[in-house]
Amino acid sequence: MTEFTPILSLVGGILIGLSAAGGFFLFGRVIGMTGIMARTLSFDFGESAWRPMFLIGLIGVPAILSVIAPSPHGFEAPSLLALVIGGFLVGYGSRVGSGCTSGHGICGMSRLSKRSIVAVCVFMTTAFITVFVTRHVLGGAL
Amino acid sequence: MNSIVALVLGGIFGGGLYYAGMTNPQKILNFLDLAGTWDPSLAFVMGGGIPVAAIGYYLLTKRESPVLFSDIQIPKFGEVDKPLVIGSGIFGIGWGIAGMCPGPAFAALLLEPQAIVGYLLALVLGSLAYERLHR
Repeated sequence: MTEFTPILSLVGGILIGLSAAGGFFLFGRVIGMTGIMARTLSFDFGESAWRPMFLIGLIGVPAILSVIAPSPHGFEAPSLLALVIGGFLVGYGSRVGSGCTSGHGICGMSRLSKRSIVAVCVFMTTAFITVFVTRHVLGGAL
Repeated sequence: MNSIVALVLGGIFGGGLYYAGMTNPQKILNFLDLAGTWDPSLAFVMGGGIPVAAIGYYLLTKRESPVLFSDIQIPKFGEVDKPLVIGSGIFGIGWGIAGMCPGPAFAALLLEPQAIVGYLLALVLGSLAYERLHR
């Protein structure tokens, strides 16, 4: 069980939206984790080092916040097997589909991109089905 | 200047994910578990994020160029194709298995390194597999 946290999640969502809005308005770029990760991995820093710097902020600030103003959400990881299989499919699928929850889900949806709306509908559907299967058909075996 | 702004934007993004609860895989899995312990919180993350991002995009469309770069690099509005649908489908399956997508994994890296490192290595491997197979 996790507690329903509408206000905290809304505030967090607004912060994510602010970052994405900054990416659009200040950089003219999409804040999409798939692209940021792929370009950083290939050391394709292009015009500036903004992508690796974004990653450093993304990794560092939650660690600082967890000390000075921790969130109540906690952390409960699935099995290592689930993390590794899931991680591989996420890494591969997001590259084939040109984006993930940030690029398609937040940035693409915010500009009403048809491709992103389709992507979100597809990955939400397969994710709902996957959790139904792993939790209710396989009984949480993974 | 661009680097500092990027660091701040990354920090805001990470703080948002952290307070939204997205760094806890159980919260994602419970959002996806309509038939069980459903937790609708993630809908509020999307509901808060999308309109605010839309304002940033709208402001950009009113300008010749973004504030800090000379050009705009945003994908054109294209047509739906097979890779988009297949890739997003695979992404959703992985998301449903692990309860994590890339952003929250980076945000949680220093909070829960022992759990996240395995996920991130597999994520990078999946990304490299794409480059091997499709490039």
